Amino acid sequence: MAYAMQQLINGVSLGMIYGLIAVGYTMVYGIIGMINFAHGDVFMIGAFLSLIAVLLLSMGGLMDGPAGILLVLLFSVAITGVYGWAIERIAYRPLRGSFRLAPLISAIGLSIVLQNFVQVSQGARVKPMETLVQGGIEVMREDGFVVQLAYTQILIIGVTLAVLAIFTVLVTRTPLGRAMRACEQDRKMASLLGIDTDRTISLTFVIGAALAAVAGTMYLLRYGVIDFYIGFLAGVKAFTAAVLGGIGSLPGAVLGGLLIGLIETFWSAYFSVQYKDVAAFSILVLTLVFLPTGLLGRQEVEKV
Amino acid sequence: MTPLLEVDNVSAAYGAVQALTDVSLRVMPGEIVTLIGANGAGKSTLLMTICGAPVPRAGRIRLAGEDITGEKTHLTMRRGVAQSPEGRRIFPRMTVYENLLMGAQALTTGDPGPQLEQVFTLFPRMKERLAQRGGTLSGGEQQMLAIGRALMSKPRLLLLDEPSLGLAPLVVRQIFGAIRQLNESTGLTVLLVEQNANQALRLAHRGYVLVNGRITMEGGGHELLARPEIRDAYLGGGHG
Repeated sequence: MAYAMQQLINGVSLGMIYGLIAVGYTMVYGIIGMINFAHGDVFMIGAFLSLIAVLLLSMGGLMDGPAGILLVLLFSVAITGVYGWAIERIAYRPLRGSFRLAPLISAIGLSIVLQNFVQVSQGARVKPMETLVQGGIEVMREDGFVVQLAYTQILIIGVTLAVLAIFTVLVTRTPLGRAMRACEQDRKMASLLGIDTDRTISLTFVIGAALAAVAGTMYLLRYGVIDFYIGFLAGVKAFTAAVLGGIGSLPGAVLGGLLIGLIETFWSAYFSVQYKDVAAFSILVLTLVFLPTGLLGRQEVEKV
Repeated sequence: MTPLLEVDNVSAAYGAVQALTDVSLRVMPGEIVTLIGANGAGKSTLLMTICGAPVPRAGRIRLAGEDITGEKTHLTMRRGVAQSPEGRRIFPRMTVYENLLMGAQALTTGDPGPQLEQVFTLFPRMKERLAQRGGTLSGGEQQMLAIGRALMSKPRLLLLDEPSLGLAPLVVRQIFGAIRQLNESTGLTVLLVEQNANQALRLAHRGYVLVNGRITMEGGGHELLARPEIRDAYLGGGHG
């Protein structure tokens, strides 16, 4: 019981990170109908920028307490957002209106470019970071097994919920969110209403990248080890989460993220750690075969 | 007086398909002008060309004397042009209220309240359906919403693409009545594209006939209505 409880905590906090990344996949798919395969690498860039911020702030003696973490988060979000904007501008926009596969190929190429860029500029070795947030709360104790909720996990869950709340308000209540949904439903009509659809698409990429940057910061704080390759696996898992939740559905992406996090964690705990990725990807295959629209995806029934 | 809309010798194409050849028309401020023609004559293409997509291959388009040829769609619309397009294109997963707000979105002057009231006066049904999703409305309601959404931007020029398509005669009368009322009470300028030539020509001050992408006839609404060739081509078969 205690053991399962601990896995639940671990699974949820991991799932939150996947969920944040998955939202970026699903947003971009919703608005321009392509899978942004470089999105996992945007998450990786976010994690590296967080590490750079931590080092810079430590040198300046500013890296302490929640204020330091907030600064790291803001730094990473701002610069990763610029990456998101540039990626769309350079690699996808010129291909809009081209054949469907073109931006997909461009995305895969861009993913390789980003990985190599970080590998060359930051080195290929794994980057460890000293633990910034230590300890946690003892939730329960059973037969000598202590269930712990680490402070980093509280941070992940708290920050993710806060960010998703802001994001939800943005999408459902603001003019920008309305413009994004309008572009998603009928881009041509949106432009007929005076909406600058190029700008709306750019902002979608910026917001997606910002969420991935939050995930990158959280990942760094929790696991303390990053390298140029973390974006690949995390990206494919978040993509799986987005598909499981129903690609195009924002709540679906978060739900899918949580489920993938839980499945991966419980599989590792009860079956085999070595095959945890197999578990996650089997979900992708099963979803695509048996539930292609995902859990919260919509069937395409529309009145014309 | 400067025409509000001038289309000068415009040719346009979708890909390799030539859709418009040397089309010229003008709409004066306060006029209702109709463009009639059969399915596939290029009527919708002309409205879309005025809105900047496709960009014309030849010719100029001017709005109140200013050249807008080749301008990006959203910029043209912000000059005070609004379109209720072919197929209505309601945002299906937004509420009626959100659809209407989208119409006012590009307005720089904040409060959409007065336009909302105008739409409710014109189409009281919209007020009842405010919280309903666009995709669940009936055809007639969707058409009212499409026109209402276009009016939300306080347009100088309203482009209407086949508002009568697929609707019951009673609803068509209601919608045409609303267009006339708008024109008479606010002086709104309207370019109306229609297959329903009879009703359109009765409503309009002037009309043009488009055949295979070319303007073949023009004249006053009632004058065109009286011409035998129009009666044969567009009013035959006893309807209207």
